[in-house]
Amino acid sequence: MSLITLNVNGQSHNLDVDPTTPLLYILSDDLGLRGPKFGCGLGQCGACTVLVDGNTMRSCVHTVSELENKSITTLEGLGTPDKPHAIQKAFIEEQAAQCGYCLSGVILTAKVFLDKNPEATEKQIEEGMSRVLCRCFTHTRMLRAIGRAQKEMAR
Amino acid sequence: MNNPSKNASPAPAEIPLAQGAVDALERAGFSRRDFIKGTGALIVTFSMGGALKPLAAQQARAGAFGEPAAPDAPPANEVDSWVAIGADGNVTAYTGKEELGQGMSTAQTQLVAEELCVPFNRVTLIMADTSMCPDQGVTSGSQSSPANFNHANLAGACATAREALLQLGSKQLNVPVEQLVAVDGSVRSKSDASKKVTYGEILAGKKFDLKVDPSAKRKPASEWTILGKPIGRPDMAAMATGTFEYAHNVRVPGMLHGMVVRPNAVGANLMNVDESSVSGMPGFVKVVVRKNFVGVVAEKKWQAVQIANKLAVTWSPAPELPKYDTFYDHLRNQKPTRDTLLVNSKDVEQKLAEAAQVVKATYYHPYQMHGSIGSSCAVADVQGDQATVWSPTQGVWHQRATLAMLLGLKGENIRVIFKRGSGCYGINGADAVTYDAALLSQAVGKPVRIQLTRREEMAWENYGFAFVIDERAGLDAQGNIIAWDHEAWSPVLGNRPVYTYPGNVITGFLAGFQPEEFRPRSPAPEPTNFSNNSNSVPSYVVGHVGGADHGAGTVKSERALLHNVVSPFWTGPLRSPQRLQNTFAHESFMDEVAAKVKADPVEFRLRHLSEQRMIDVVKRAAETAKWDARPSPKPRTASASTAGILSGRGISCVAYEGDNGYSAMVAEVEVEKATGKITVKRLVVAIDAGPISNPDGLKNQSEGGALQGLSRALGEEVTWDDHNVTSIDWKTYHSLPLGFAVPQVQVELLDRPNEAATGAGETAITVVAGAIGNAIFDATGVRIRQVPFTAERIKAALAG
Repeated sequence: MSLITLNVNGQSHNLDVDPTTPLLYILSDDLGLRGPKFGCGLGQCGACTVLVDGNTMRSCVHTVSELENKSITTLEGLGTPDKPHAIQKAFIEEQAAQCGYCLSGVILTAKVFLDKNPEATEKQIEEGMSRVLCRCFTHTRMLRAIGRAQKEMAR
Repeated sequence: MNNPSKNASPAPAEIPLAQGAVDALERAGFSRRDFIKGTGALIVTFSMGGALKPLAAQQARAGAFGEPAAPDAPPANEVDSWVAIGADGNVTAYTGKEELGQGMSTAQTQLVAEELCVPFNRVTLIMADTSMCPDQGVTSGSQSSPANFNHANLAGACATAREALLQLGSKQLNVPVEQLVAVDGSVRSKSDASKKVTYGEILAGKKFDLKVDPSAKRKPASEWTILGKPIGRPDMAAMATGTFEYAHNVRVPGMLHGMVVRPNAVGANLMNVDESSVSGMPGFVKVVVRKNFVGVVAEKKWQAVQIANKLAVTWSPAPELPKYDTFYDHLRNQKPTRDTLLVNSKDVEQKLAEAAQVVKATYYHPYQMHGSIGSSCAVADVQGDQATVWSPTQGVWHQRATLAMLLGLKGENIRVIFKRGSGCYGINGADAVTYDAALLSQAVGKPVRIQLTRREEMAWENYGFAFVIDERAGLDAQGNIIAWDHEAWSPVLGNRPVYTYPGNVITGFLAGFQPEEFRPRSPAPEPTNFSNNSNSVPSYVVGHVGGADHGAGTVKSERALLHNVVSPFWTGPLRSPQRLQNTFAHESFMDEVAAKVKADPVEFRLRHLSEQRMIDVVKRAAETAKWDARPSPKPRTASASTAGILSGRGISCVAYEGDNGYSAMVAEVEVEKATGKITVKRLVVAIDAGPISNPDGLKNQSEGGALQGLSRALGEEVTWDDHNVTSIDWKTYHSLPLGFAVPQVQVELLDRPNEAATGAGETAITVVAGAIGNAIFDATGVRIRQVPFTAERIKAALAG
């Protein structure tokens, strides 16, 4: 066990944890967050995605000790039901989910991609999302929501 | 509020759905919900404004598929089992049909609001909790709409309740009931709006104490103001902002973490577990062994993972699995079989012998998996003779009955609370993991949470059925089909646990329960009742059984015969079980026959269909897609041949389960000659599911079904070596990611407001492989008869 300070969704947490613990377990068990979810534990599907200093990270394959002094944002840190981020708002408006389990991967990956590629074409957006899975196959709506968010975020 | 047990999570319940529920209940004066155990029956009571009003819990039957419901479940024939109206008029509805991700909670909420004439946001829906909801068996098989949206169950209860409210309002207002209307949670005079009384005032917190009246009048679709509208899902905002509570997020005080250690080979038995290999590890609580079930419990998740990885376990050698490469031959030749005849006109061989020509083909479909994006997860709290579990199971009452067997407890002492999981599409690992959690919790006497690893989820789930299917058709001199023979082989092992078979899924089996017995039967008895639940019977035959025609088609000489054999792997329903595989074969074959006689595939289908609803979906799909009417394959132009990309279109259709929904799909594809790579450019699907409860919800799940079907058609297949499944993650099991070239998906809805509600969740997916295979044939002239249509397979076919 060791003392680690984690900065998550703008709050600082002092934790006494096994430093080899994957970040995901700390977020979901020690901090009780619901956004990042265990999907595969292999970094393949995206369900555990969080933002770290503005980039996506698959929290199931990174240990908590790697994250000291970094700024972590989870899906619930991006916006709230009352004040959703533009991209969350687009997903709500397009009804772009079914079970919704994959949304940390889909929304956060898209957000970072759009931040870095505001002018991306539809094809480039698809390529940008090529490592994210949705098993309900809500793909058409999700891509439409990302397109909608792209316009909204450009304003 | 949602988890009112002694260990209720301190975290807020589902937001905003259940937060709305909590608010609604509080507004309604439901300050408390008690669970009082009576003489073997669990009785739900509400505290309304201080007065305790018990809801009756009596005998009834509400189980799915004709199974008797649990005797202590709230009875399906009582209005109070389905709906309660609080003192302020807010409505709580109880259903056995769950939200599995496709919007059924929203549609059911619309149904309740519509029938009761109350605003949508004043209805709170409680789904599948054995302490308070009716036993509706499992949520599966596109049965939720037929079960709850016609005249019985939820719809019938709400219609009965509305009529009762009008009668009671008539007495209170002293106005004849014909002069009254139910509007906005009130009963009021048609002529004098000031004469009104609210539902809350009418009932004053009392229960209805009424039987569901099957003749209670449903509101006609022409008068709907809530049903039939594209109301957005109330759970969407919570999902998109990461605040929704899934089963995976349930945390209860004192909760420990479990992991399991599955056998190192299919069929291996436990020889030895060396607890000392892990007992000194941090957080270690216990190693739990029950026959071949092995699990560990630790204080924290990561500790449990490390302990499970390090635990020294010895397994016996296991028999070799049937060879993957020759598995389809193995299926066809395996004995014994269990044979079932679905239709048999007994003249098929004779008609085939007389036919001007006979067409034959064999189709192959692999095992596929549910492959939920979140591996399955449950929390169980078993203490003494009491148990509470939070589970994403599709059947809480089945789960309760089989948990009772597994744990040696009384069913009435077990509460199963449905909590949403990741999309399941059938029996994923949800039932097995709930058993895992319960066994571990019982062993330590504390609540235990377990979420399976990706490998455990994928290697041991109940796979969708593999199939080998022979089709034969006899044609007359004009090219019309005069006889159709369908003969299939499919492996089975286990199934849903239902009420009595915990051994139908892996954990129950490992813990010592046998799966449902395989009962050989050959030859098959002659069919006496028509059932096309499996879509073994093609849409184009008359389906003549018991003196009447039940089919959707015109071909009189018909036989459909299924041989089930024992599967080496667990099997169970995967979205459109059997129906998808059989429809792939029927629709590919229909296309082959049309090509043989140089007929346009759409015209040829219409020529052999009698069911108007089928004809209508086929026509709508073709019209919408601007179908290029001509025989397949497409004549090659010189430029297309040299460009290296071939394009084509195909059609496929189904009368889902014979009469539980209709769909037709046109697929447009491109085939890259050099690589065999398929790009699907467009899918147009026409759906008829009866009256449409929520058009946007129906479109959403149809779009999802179309693309899930595309992924299954192009890439998904369970693979194995001599001892183990080898498709165990997303590198070895090929699900199309968000980033593939997503085709345009166009869903055309045919509304049938005056027909019965049918299934909708599986109609789109059922027709995809046929439509794409037919489009590949149209483009290339090469017929691919084996799913998945991988680039290698197509490249080889093009070369050969």
